[in-house]
Amino acid sequence: MDTAWIALLLTLKVAGWATAINLVLGVGVGYAMVRWRFPARELIDAVLALPMVMPPTVLGYYILVLIGTHGPIGAWLLRQFGVRMIFTWQAAVVAATIVSFPLVFKSARAAFETVEPQLEDAARLLGVGEVGVFFRVSLPLAWHGVLAGLLLAFARALGEFGATLMVAGSIAGKTQTLSIAVYEAVQAGQDDTANFLVAVTSIVCVSVLLAAGRLVPGRVAHRQ
Amino acid sequence: MIWDIDFVKRLQHAGSRFELEISFQSDVQRLVLFGPSGAGKTQTLKVIAGLVRGDRGHVRVANKTLFSSKDGIHLSPQQRRMAYVFQDYALFPHLTVCQNIAFARRSGWINPPRRRVDTAVDRWIETFHLTSVANHYPHQISGGQRQRTAIARALMNEPAALLLDEPFAALDKGLRHRLRDDLARLQRELQIPMLMITHDDDDVGALADAVVNVHAGRIVPASDACAPTGA
Repeated sequence: MDTAWIALLLTLKVAGWATAINLVLGVGVGYAMVRWRFPARELIDAVLALPMVMPPTVLGYYILVLIGTHGPIGAWLLRQFGVRMIFTWQAAVVAATIVSFPLVFKSARAAFETVEPQLEDAARLLGVGEVGVFFRVSLPLAWHGVLAGLLLAFARALGEFGATLMVAGSIAGKTQTLSIAVYEAVQAGQDDTANFLVAVTSIVCVSVLLAAGRLVPGRVAHRQ
Repeated sequence: MIWDIDFVKRLQHAGSRFELEISFQSDVQRLVLFGPSGAGKTQTLKVIAGLVRGDRGHVRVANKTLFSSKDGIHLSPQQRRMAYVFQDYALFPHLTVCQNIAFARRSGWINPPRRRVDTAVDRWIETFHLTSVANHYPHQISGGQRQRTAIARALMNEPAALLLDEPFAALDKGLRHRLRDDLARLQRELQIPMLMITHDDDDVGALADAVVNVHAGRIVPASDACAPTGA
């Protein structure tokens, strides 16, 4: 059952990186969308939410076009650093990040909308700079919404299949995540492996949801 | 000159345009902005505090220029050191009374700790009779305590002036009386310039050396109703 553990660790690594990247990207973009008023705001909001509604294979194709060795980003990486992104675990991270981004971004935006601008003004009047205002007032007040979004994104990244398969492939021990390993095992008629993988996946998912349930209300406790 | 305010600000309010044209000079410490709601009093206070930038004109408080369109000066709210008390106090709901009051003592990215380690803050908490609720959150304390926390927080770092936006509006009448006296005493002790918004005659009587009347975005001559003593 070594392959299952390797697949599990790889899946956790990919989902962990994707969530960490989205913590910075999703929260940053979500905050910017709330505090900066610019004309094309709603259009950009819709474009950023696209990964939520697009078929994962279509997304995978877009990512392939961008980071493939002939794509603009892929060609640049190959020329500058001799790095081939495609069919690596890093490509799986890119896929998982893009697929789960709207979950963090949407939750963060909704959470920051609820923070009263007056509280941020109060902090400014007390001499605190813009970075301090964000970390000391806006983020703590929006944190429970952001955290809920991050946990959903982590769960979504764990189960990522379509886009990951297209850009990272299914290389056992290298890019084969849990959900892809399940598919491969079923295709090959290895029922024992499939059963074990499904059990592991279910346990991980239930653990994440339980963690979400424990973490999130604690953050709401001392709000008005 | 303590208060030297003269600015124009065009505001967009729910589709309708509104022009604020405020000009008054006064050398008294306790000044009241008096007028009906919607007259532009809060916006005037925000322009003085630097939260809203005037289109042209100047704002000088205690001989310091905070805003001057002619000289291209526009100090940020952080630089102006104005103590500002919002109408509903704007206490940080995620911080205790003690942390709220200590907020300005830290300039970095991190909030003051919940443990009470700052003796200057402790003394201030005592001055405002908040010791028993120092570790409570704003939603756990009474309206009067909230108001005192807001004033204590604003005054923590020796500000240049105190700006109050209807500080008694959210309180019942009995409490209003007492807190009015408290505020008058505090102002006397600190000798700090104070500009207060109100539309309550009793506030004017207790806390104003002079009154500036605001109506529809303009300064109007004082009416008999609020008995000015020469602005």
